[in-house]
Amino acid sequence: MNSVNNPENNGESISGFKIKDYAIYLIMLGIFIVFAFFLRNRGFLSIINLMNIFRQTAIISIMAVGFTFVIASGEFDLSIGSTVALSALIGSLMLQRTGIFPSVIAAVAVGAAIGFVNGFFVVRARMPSFLATIAMMGIIHGLARWITHLQAIPVLNDRFTYIFGGGNLGPIPTLFVWTLIVMVFGQIAMVKTLFGRKVLATGGNVVAARLAGINTDKVKWVLFIIMGMIASLAGLLYTGRLHAARYTYGGQDLFTIVAAVVIGGNSIYGGTGTIIGAVVGSLILGMVNNGLILFGFSVDQQVIFRGVMILVAVALSPSAPKE
Amino acid sequence: MEKANVLEMKKIHKAFGGLKALVDVNIELRHGEIIGLVGDNAAGKSTLMKILSGAYHADEGSIFFNGREVAITNPRIAKQMGIEMIYQDLELCPNLDVPANLFLGREVITKPFIRFLKKRIMEDETVSILRKLKIDVKNPGLRIDKLSGGQQQAVAIGRAVSFNPKIVIMDEPTANLAVVEIDKVLDLTLRLKEHGISIIIISHRLDDVFRVSDRIYVLKHGCIAAVKEKAKTNKEEIIKLMFMEAHERQGQRARQ
Ligand SMILES: Nc1ncnc2c1ncn2[C@@H]1O[C@H](COP(=O)(O)OP(=O)(O)OP(=O)(O)O)[C@@H](O)[C@H]1O
Ligand SMILES: [Mg+2]
Repeated sequence: MNSVNNPENNGESISGFKIKDYAIYLIMLGIFIVFAFFLRNRGFLSIINLMNIFRQTAIISIMAVGFTFVIASGEFDLSIGSTVALSALIGSLMLQRTGIFPSVIAAVAVGAAIGFVNGFFVVRARMPSFLATIAMMGIIHGLARWITHLQAIPVLNDRFTYIFGGGNLGPIPTLFVWTLIVMVFGQIAMVKTLFGRKVLATGGNVVAARLAGINTDKVKWVLFIIMGMIASLAGLLYTGRLHAARYTYGGQDLFTIVAAVVIGGNSIYGGTGTIIGAVVGSLILGMVNNGLILFGFSVDQQVIFRGVMILVAVALSPSAPKE
Repeated sequence: MEKANVLEMKKIHKAFGGLKALVDVNIELRHGEIIGLVGDNAAGKSTLMKILSGAYHADEGSIFFNGREVAITNPRIAKQMGIEMIYQDLELCPNLDVPANLFLGREVITKPFIRFLKKRIMEDETVSILRKLKIDVKNPGLRIDKLSGGQQQAVAIGRAVSFNPKIVIMDEPTANLAVVEIDKVLDLTLRLKEHGISIIIISHRLDDVFRVSDRIYVLKHGCIAAVKEKAKTNKEEIIKLMFMEAHERQGQRARQ
């Protein structure tokens, strides 16, 4: 009767920890145990290797958090990979001329501007988001190649590389601090705030949301802008970690991000917003990737494997809404 | 002594391009009354009600609410006046739970900067709304699409009622429901009437219309074909009015 007040059945059920979602944690644990056993002599369990897995998944996780919001609202943003590269390049070019602060602002502004344009095409021009953003992806990728003539832009600013993923805060890489911040903010925003509720309503039933007075266009537009800014942050983190910006950054990430978000239990039809699931999804992918390398599989084989994982995840994920 | 009208729609016309969906339609709804609105597919029932709820605009005609002429130019105005419509396709968010749906668009939040949801308050309020209307939803924490069709309909009605409306419009509330659930929804409809709400119910199921309504309007090809007191008519007559052309009815009467 009073089940509404039962902590296990309250509003959290729409967003995170529910029975079905435990499946991913078990899958992660299962894979970990299998790898720990079969790869015990190849260094899978070494601290260096485990840290390496975390490091390689950190930036993916950050973008997966943003992507979860976009997909929760029922849209896609396929331009994020190239936004990563362009933001990194602009940020690095600025760093050669000015300080950290204006450079970071410039890089994030690039992402915000791209998100704004994406939002414009989707909300105002009523284009399907996968089309609008795939077109943007091409344009931005071309821009990124063109402005630097395919050259890498080195970054020699130690403060910058320390802050953006190259340094350690005590024993903890700054990269992890960023990941944690984005994840915690994302989770709170999705589950606890009015904004998260509006996002889920928009993705769940856009007509109902609109009838209830929610400005679904504004919700989507804001999400595209936030997604762009998160991609910029990812670009800065790649730059800080690798001490240079390259037009290739982020190029392979879209595939992995979508896989992580879907494996994490999010529906590609919108209306689900499992932030922690998305992060766990990217950890699973990172771990599998690492394991495949240690087993001696080639890069091509890894890509094939990831594709198979997406198919399985989509097949198992919540089905299309009726009608 | 006739009760006063809470609503009058006068000489409503509506066309979609060349298609005349409504022609010179007049409707009156009395305080605390339930009227049934019946008619064949495409007769114009939903269109008429969407005009009342502000979703569509009439080409011609006027609407009087409590005796005063009103301009319902958008759904928000209708809601502010106390007119709630439950759409044929429900318009709930299937992915959200019952409290989230009941409070959609008017969530209780912390003021003013970071707008956190006050979930506890909304959950408690939900329980009391459901209890007041005797709506039987065991676990309001479930996603809406995990509830039965009847429960979903009840939640939609609960949502409408929680706005303290004067008029509730129901478009096919019993379509696609199991028999047990139909009973529950109709009981709920009658309970709303006890709470002093005036109701317009659209249905293809004449049994349902006869069970709850006081008067029945028959729409046909966009025109009102008849208005009948429930006590003074029966299903056969209503069916004839819905489906037979005027001259066919004449012919029948002549033969009888
Ligand atoms: N937005 C619209 N644009 C064009 N034509 C419309 C629109 N809405 C309704 N119509 C047309 O108006 C006529 C009346 O439709 P309406 O939905 O009001 O019928 P109804 O009586 O509710 O039918 P049903 O019992 O099938 O729900 C139909 O011919 C329909 O095709
Ligand atoms: Mg209809």
